[in-house]
Amino acid sequence: MRAGRDAAGFPEFLPVTNAPTLEVRNLRTHFFTRAGVVKAVDDVSFSVERGKVLGLVGESGSGKTVTGFSILGLVDPPGRVTGGQILFQGRDLAKISEEEMRDLRGNRIAMIFQDPMMTLNPVLRIDTQMIETVLAHKKVSREEARQRARDTLGMVGIPSPDERLKSYPHQFSGGMRQRVAIAIALLHEPELIVADEPTTALDVTIQGQILAEVQKLAQTTGTSLIWITHDLSVVAGLADDVAVMYAGRIVEKGAVSDVLDHPLHPYTAGLIGSVPSRNKRGEPLRQIPGMTPSLLNLPPGCAFRSRCPRAAEACMAEPEIREILPGREARCFLPLTAAAEQAA
Amino acid sequence: MSQAVMNGAAPAAPRKDKVETPFRRFVSEFAESKVALGGLVVFTAIALVAIFASVIAPQNPYDLAQLDIMDGRMEPGTVGGAGFTYWLGTDDQGRDMLSGIMYGLRISLMVGAGSAFIACVVGASLGLLAAYAGKRTDTVIMRLVDLQLSFPSILVALMILAFLGKGIMNVVIALVIVEWAYYARTVRGTALVERRREYIEAAQCLALPTHRILFRHLLPNCLPPLIVVATMQVARAIALEATLSFLGLGVPITEPSLGLLIANGYEYMLSGKYWISFYPGIALLITIVSINLVGDQLRDVLNPRLKK
Amino acid sequence: MTVYLVRRLIQALFVVLAMSVIVFVGVFAIGDPVEILISPDADQLERERAVAALGLDLPLWHQYLVFLGNALQGDLGRSFVFNEPALKLILQRMPATLELAFGAMFISILVGLPLGLYAGLRPNSPASKTIMAGSILGFSLPTFWVGLMLIMVFAVQLGWLPSTGRGETCSVLGFLGVQPCGAGLQWSFLTVDGLAHMAMPALNLALFKISLVIRLTRAGVRETMLMDYVKFARAKGLSPARVTFVHVFKNILIPVVTVVGLELGSTIAFSVVTESVFAWPGMGKLIIDSINVLDRPVIVAYLMIIVLMFITINLIVDLTYSMLDPRVRLETKGA
Ligand SMILES: Nc1ncnc2c1ncn2[C@@H]1O[C@H](COP(=O)(O)OP(=O)(O)OP(=O)(O)O)[C@@H](O)[C@H]1O
Ligand code: SF4
Ligand SMILES: [Mg+2]
Repeated sequence: MRAGRDAAGFPEFLPVTNAPTLEVRNLRTHFFTRAGVVKAVDDVSFSVERGKVLGLVGESGSGKTVTGFSILGLVDPPGRVTGGQILFQGRDLAKISEEEMRDLRGNRIAMIFQDPMMTLNPVLRIDTQMIETVLAHKKVSREEARQRARDTLGMVGIPSPDERLKSYPHQFSGGMRQRVAIAIALLHEPELIVADEPTTALDVTIQGQILAEVQKLAQTTGTSLIWITHDLSVVAGLADDVAVMYAGRIVEKGAVSDVLDHPLHPYTAGLIGSVPSRNKRGEPLRQIPGMTPSLLNLPPGCAFRSRCPRAAEACMAEPEIREILPGREARCFLPLTAAAEQAA
Repeated sequence: MSQAVMNGAAPAAPRKDKVETPFRRFVSEFAESKVALGGLVVFTAIALVAIFASVIAPQNPYDLAQLDIMDGRMEPGTVGGAGFTYWLGTDDQGRDMLSGIMYGLRISLMVGAGSAFIACVVGASLGLLAAYAGKRTDTVIMRLVDLQLSFPSILVALMILAFLGKGIMNVVIALVIVEWAYYARTVRGTALVERRREYIEAAQCLALPTHRILFRHLLPNCLPPLIVVATMQVARAIALEATLSFLGLGVPITEPSLGLLIANGYEYMLSGKYWISFYPGIALLITIVSINLVGDQLRDVLNPRLKK
Repeated sequence: MTVYLVRRLIQALFVVLAMSVIVFVGVFAIGDPVEILISPDADQLERERAVAALGLDLPLWHQYLVFLGNALQGDLGRSFVFNEPALKLILQRMPATLELAFGAMFISILVGLPLGLYAGLRPNSPASKTIMAGSILGFSLPTFWVGLMLIMVFAVQLGWLPSTGRGETCSVLGFLGVQPCGAGLQWSFLTVDGLAHMAMPALNLALFKISLVIRLTRAGVRETMLMDYVKFARAKGLSPARVTFVHVFKNILIPVVTVVGLELGSTIAFSVVTESVFAWPGMGKLIIDSINVLDRPVIVAYLMIIVLMFITINLIVDLTYSMLDPRVRLETKGA
């Protein structure tokens, strides 16, 4: 029922292997603070296939960024990956040495950060920041590296890249800076890009342009994408699969159309209900009541319990994530199966 | 710090029956740092030695009758003509260094604490005035503070002693002029915040006289940061006085402070008679470091915002 | 920008004027200048003549204007002791002081930056704690005491370094075209012996600044390490060395060097102490000697020159700061 990529007019010319580019299994990343242990990422599993886009959705503080940092091995003390596997092309990134990880970072796995105003070093010129990335992974001359930087800047739609290379970050607008950051991520045509809300800080038109360009690039190069966002409309337009995070855990995952049309988890349903859209015009916007719980010392039971309209006695126990319908998983004792089953 | 907090939690139980007054809490928080406590003990000992120098010193180093020139420049540990041991040696006049240091400490502490106190009174008053009066008064006072602080202390002190000449009083005046600005700035900063608080407004509504509002209501709330600055400034004043005296611009030869004792021994140091300079130097070092340790902890306890 | 510059210049001018009044009143009006300027053996008539000749019978403000007029022509009086123009005496000794001050600033950066960097990168290691404790000592110990200890250890006990003096100097004729002493300027740092003489005083003078640089660098490193752009640099797969020395270090270098530059004035002021300890023949030693013998014209000249120097340095630092930092540069261009 889902319109495949090929149907949308993109030739499926890349060889298809069955092994996913990235498979995360039971990942746990905890911060050992003075006040206690913050379980920022707790038992998170998902996988991204080659050339596919996974949308990672959740409210602020749900652990999306920390998940991204865990994949790149960039979690700093007091934080630590305390368990699970991060299988990248079959290798467990949680086990490899820092040197091996550094070889992959920016080369095979790249990350685009949340705030474009903060990601570029203010005292270094753009060319320095791009060329160093090329030279960190490829034995080429500076001139070749510069050439590569220039080409990539052109690719992300920056006009007169030659001039732009000589500028400092503060001479760029936010949108331009994010394009530079994207260009840096693309320098080595990585297999995986973790994009952490790269368009949230930008205005809507720029956001649209960047989304379209990234989507195109991902498809032509076969790059897999993890697109972190709290904006469901972005996920709807861009992603193949979606994983919804709440309080450090994945509460629901599945194909985008399934999840967005017929959510199983009450939290997902709440998220969708709080998005304004055309066909819901006139209906009042429903907010999820209450606040995200503190990840420090979460009470036992379902973490969403205090805010959940369906909460019942059973929810005092801790729900496990389980397959509720074929290809669809959720972490809930009382999922919204009725509508979903009807549609299926 | 976290270690200390955890340690502090353990004896909480026996303390329970006592009433937790702010002062008691302050004392227990201060005592959390063993180093600071050590500093306090050492400093208290030094202060006692200085106060009772004339009682405990083996010799009155300024009573020429007690000096024996034959005992000049004796090494530490030598037994002199007077029959007692010069534990820290003697200077060129045959003066017992230990006694000299005790008397010198007295001068150093007196000048340091005295000038810090006067500077505190002057600076705090001006700071309060600036904060309370505002407008022109504030601008003028703060301009003076800025001007003063843009020149290094040694230069200002040098200038003033060049105008006034040597002497204990003149050194105190110089130190006061060097230091007042720090107090003024601190008090003004705190007072500006406190001024907007409700209790001051209430006092103003009651039409209390200005001086009453200033000294009875505003000042007590500025005390914690003031105490911190004052402690640090005492150490600075002692160091600066020692420097000025070493340069020969400070106290007169008849009332030598540690700085002057060090200066007197300087020429002998090159010929290997280190003790004439070295021991007064150690006394100075211990004094300054112990005050700073206390001040550091006071800052952490009294004004957590200042913590770096 | 120009408006700012003009305003700063006018401000500076006012400070110089105010200081000249303070110095003039302080030195010539407190105490009886007649006592100092005129030989005590002179009889009444001679005295009166001299008073008239020196303008001491004029009202104070008039005397000040005369002083100011002379000062503007570069005449700050003659030294009683050397019987030479005070300004010339000071300028003669200036190279020694400047050499010492710049040496100290160089050392403070050379020593302070790496230590601060280390303390910032590994804040909890024992070595870092030692470094920070050392920097507290550097702040609180009197300079002269440390100077004495240096002499005691390195000159007296170990005999490695000479204790006092400037050592062999090398004359560079017409350095920068300035020849205040008529001959060439003498520099110690150009000879091995001179360098050996300079080592201890420069280190001594640097001590306070080393502590300052350590603290600034450490605070800067800790702040910068938390920045997104540092994490992004790591995400690009750069080596730790490149992240530290290019991405972190370059951000810290500008503010630290600026502060050290700003400290030039105070370094020169504090050289008074170091020069006295090590008998270094610079302006600082001259002013102490002059105060001790009440050579007032030299005192006035020194104070005026130092004040002028201070105000100029502050002005220059303010203006160049905006040029060093690309972020500030844009703002000033825009304004
Ligand atoms: N250094 C740290 N120390 C302690 N807790 C941390 C640290 N970094 C992150 N956390 C905690 O981890 C949780 C997840 O943070 P994360 O940045 O991943 O959220 P996010 O989903 O990316 O939110 P946002 O949409 O605001 O970016 C938060 O509750 C945060 O408090
Ligand atoms: S387990 Fe219970 S409380 Fe948790 S989401 Fe499902 S219904 Fe709501
Ligand atoms: Mg985030």
